[in-house]
Amino acid sequence: MENTKTKKLRSKKGAERTANTVIYIVLIVISVIWLLPFFILIIQSLRGEPGMSTSYFFPKTWTFDNYVRLFTETQFLTWYGNTLLVSVVVTIVQTIIVLMTSYALSRLRFKMRKPLMNLMLILGMFPGFLSMTAIYFILKEMSLTQSLFGLMLVYTGSSAMGYYICKGFFDTIPKSLDEAARIDGASRHTVFIKIILPLAKPIIIYTILTSFTAPWGEYMFSSFLMLGDPSKFTVAVGMKDWLSEENVNQYFTVFCAAAVVVSIPITALFIWLQKYYVEGVTGGSVKG
Amino acid sequence: MVDLEYLKKSPWEKFAFNFTNYFKKLPSRLAAFFKSIPKLFVALWHKILSMFGLIGHAAKEGDWKTRLSFGIMGFGQVTRKQYLRGILYFIFEVVFIFYMVFFGWKYLVKLGSLGETAMIEVWDEAQGIYVYEFYDNSLLILLYSILTILIMCAFVCAWYQNIKGSITAQQILEAKQHLADTKDDIKALADSAYHKTLLSVPMLGLTVFTILPIIFMIFIAFTNYDTVHMPPKELFSWVGLENFVTLFGGGLSANSKVFANTFGSVLLWTIIWAFFATFSNYFLGMIVALMINKKGIRFKKLWRTILVITIAVPQFVSLMLMSQLLADQGLINRLLLSWGWIDDPIPFLTNGNAAKATIIIVNIWVGIPFTMLICTGILMNIPADLYESARIDGASPVVAYMKITLPYMLHVTTPYLITQFIGNLNNFNVIFLLSGGEPINNNLQYAGETDLLITWLYKLTVNQQQYGIASVIGLVTFVIVAVFSLILYNRSGSVKNEEEFM
Repeated sequence: MENTKTKKLRSKKGAERTANTVIYIVLIVISVIWLLPFFILIIQSLRGEPGMSTSYFFPKTWTFDNYVRLFTETQFLTWYGNTLLVSVVVTIVQTIIVLMTSYALSRLRFKMRKPLMNLMLILGMFPGFLSMTAIYFILKEMSLTQSLFGLMLVYTGSSAMGYYICKGFFDTIPKSLDEAARIDGASRHTVFIKIILPLAKPIIIYTILTSFTAPWGEYMFSSFLMLGDPSKFTVAVGMKDWLSEENVNQYFTVFCAAAVVVSIPITALFIWLQKYYVEGVTGGSVKG
Repeated sequence: MVDLEYLKKSPWEKFAFNFTNYFKKLPSRLAAFFKSIPKLFVALWHKILSMFGLIGHAAKEGDWKTRLSFGIMGFGQVTRKQYLRGILYFIFEVVFIFYMVFFGWKYLVKLGSLGETAMIEVWDEAQGIYVYEFYDNSLLILLYSILTILIMCAFVCAWYQNIKGSITAQQILEAKQHLADTKDDIKALADSAYHKTLLSVPMLGLTVFTILPIIFMIFIAFTNYDTVHMPPKELFSWVGLENFVTLFGGGLSANSKVFANTFGSVLLWTIIWAFFATFSNYFLGMIVALMINKKGIRFKKLWRTILVITIAVPQFVSLMLMSQLLADQGLINRLLLSWGWIDDPIPFLTNGNAAKATIIIVNIWVGIPFTMLICTGILMNIPADLYESARIDGASPVVAYMKITLPYMLHVTTPYLITQFIGNLNNFNVIFLLSGGEPINNNLQYAGETDLLITWLYKLTVNQQQYGIASVIGLVTFVIVAVFSLILYNRSGSVKNEEEFM
């Protein structure tokens, strides 16, 4: 009896071990698949041979020329500056707007609350690009096309619609905290500033992180708005141009170098703030 | 079925039960939805009636101050020491009148025709050339007319509020109660009226950059705004439902057939794409999360960080890189050729069906890290004692997965799945940056084989300037998304009854 039990345990342990080994192998394969493109990106950015691709994996000549070309021959630095400026301003404005909207919709009770939420739900179902033509002409009337300020307006204009995740977080903060403060005579404004905001640090960081990274990857609006003025491009628009058929042979390695330069700070930021990002994503997705 | 029977079922059966039940109830829920629309109008009608009732009441019962407010907004407030409100109402009225007289009116009267003369040639003696003088611009007429209508609505609301406020103030004073003065009003903005303070700026942005443009584009769908009707040189005009007819193949021109054909195939691919992109990511991401979180697996943080890196690298970088690596002359094909594994380049992105498969696979690569993160968070929330008791009852890990993990995950993440599905219907970046909608197919009008509705809309707008048709496609996309949300979003189900799962 005793014997069979230990045998069973031992065999179970053995099965467990094989299962774990298989999982480790799969995880390693996955890691390689997921990291390989970025590895290729770095290698290609250091490739000395020109052209879009080579028939061998590792370049024959290693060089930093692509980085030098990136900063001397191209307008990349301008684009980088543009994108940085836009994303910093967008981050500040968007975070404030999202926090205000979320607090109002989560904590305050007023007649238009439900209709407003339904309205934003319905507006969110329209494809974003549909309104671009109209926005373009509105901005043109204000002579703000091909201007970074116009782009900032486009990015921040409807940021109220991104309130879902933040409101979901505010909803989880116990109401009794507000009530206690209100009994002590605090106004709703005081409650927001002194009680809710300090507790909302994770979601504030999440909002900052997502709104900061969005302009770096946004192509649809910025390409339309900045059409024809390369000095106002964001990195995404400018770099896409390098991959057009007539440019790709000349600029592919430069593109890789630019991609590395763009990715490093954002990746560092993400890894640093990973915890908050995960919290925001998981919290928001479950509540919907 | 009684509750007890339901509770006896295994989680898996419960899920199946809820699933079938959901689709059984679908027709009645849709019917209820459409029945609720007339109800909404009835409610609105009653609201308007009650508003007129109040105006009548104010006209009958109001004193001279209230009655003067009918013409001079804010008069009733100012004379009752509510200076701030009164002055704001008055300023709004003056600005509104100036706006209408000097600006809004000009555009509004032309809304019916969208302008008569676009431009005329004038002989300029001094320079000795013909110069163009521009008159009506259909685009601006439409844009400013909509703006004017919105402002008029705002004015009507303000006017009504002004009367209502005036008569209420009068009644409060008649009852010898305290009437809020300017100081109270300012204080209220940080407290009982705090929502006005918080929401005014966000709502202004929303109106100018979302609501106004959407209304504008809805109107554009009923015009012939395209390359040959391009303001300011040309006018465009109302064409009724012509664009809709063209898109759905009812038009007489050969163009219409091609458009209908394109629309059908783009729509089909959009839905197929959204389905596969959503579910492949979901299940594979969940499996990866399960593997990383399995008991006994070490370096959990390392595996997670590796995947998070791929989220951190801006998506356009990874997508554009992939599009180059997978090109016919890209690195992967060159490598495979030089190793002698293949004789001809694999048409990853140049053959229609291959491109579709490639896009879905690359999307898995892009999307799994997100799903993995989300699933990790939820998996940790599954009560450990569930697994414990399953283990004691002799359930194998596979059984535990099928009976506990999967039903739980499906139950909790349904809202996420739906938003993902809807997001994928409008996923611009993946398609546009990866394949650009290509390969080109000559049977399709301005669209490639992998174009979604949204990228087709982009091409029609930016490259072809077919604004009328593009707006129709935008509206159709909206209807599709709305229908899917309506069918899929079971508010009464997983969202509200989160605790009911066990």
